[in-house]
Amino acid sequence: MSELASSISFGIGVAFTFFGCLGLLRLPDVYNRLQAATKCVTFGMIFMIVAVVIRSGFGSLGVKAILCLAFILLTSPTAAHAISRGAHRSGVRLWKGSVIDEYLKDREPKG
Amino acid sequence: MQPIWLVYTGVLILCCFMCLYRVARGPTAPDRAVAIDILGIVIVGFCALFSVLTGKEWFITVAITWSLLSFIGTTALAKYLEGRGYDE
Repeated sequence: MSELASSISFGIGVAFTFFGCLGLLRLPDVYNRLQAATKCVTFGMIFMIVAVVIRSGFGSLGVKAILCLAFILLTSPTAAHAISRGAHRSGVRLWKGSVIDEYLKDREPKG
Repeated sequence: MQPIWLVYTGVLILCCFMCLYRVARGPTAPDRAVAIDILGIVIVGFCALFSVLTGKEWFITVAITWSLLSFIGTTALAKYLEGRGYDE
């Protein structure tokens, strides 16, 4: 039973990771790619780590896996935000189909 | 090992190659930084897969270390792209 639950949970995680990487491959712009890839891959990692915890129980392996999940949930959005801020400030243009750029308007009065 | 885990391994290897394609082709430097970040998280997923398949505990230790080092590297790249000092 726990083998089956672990397999299904890991499968959901692998599917989300695959779609995130597909977005990284196919979307037109660095900001769109960041959106797709970071969200989907982080969400998939939750299911993969949960699969490890289901398989092994709350032993030392399971607690380490939960610690790893906590680190990823803290660091991945922070890294994505830092990259997008750095990209915008280093002058990477938005895709020509983008309709609004609020951050540029916020930055302009300060120069 | 059930064959479904072999399928999972294949899909994760495919994800790694998608990220490597974006590292090689990415038109701008932030594209490459994003792809390296995502590649790090996919490798953490690989460590989770191997720890399920083999039952060894140190794969998860490798995953913790890899996620923290990947975060430090990505943040350093982002600060470098921003073109300012490290002290803000």
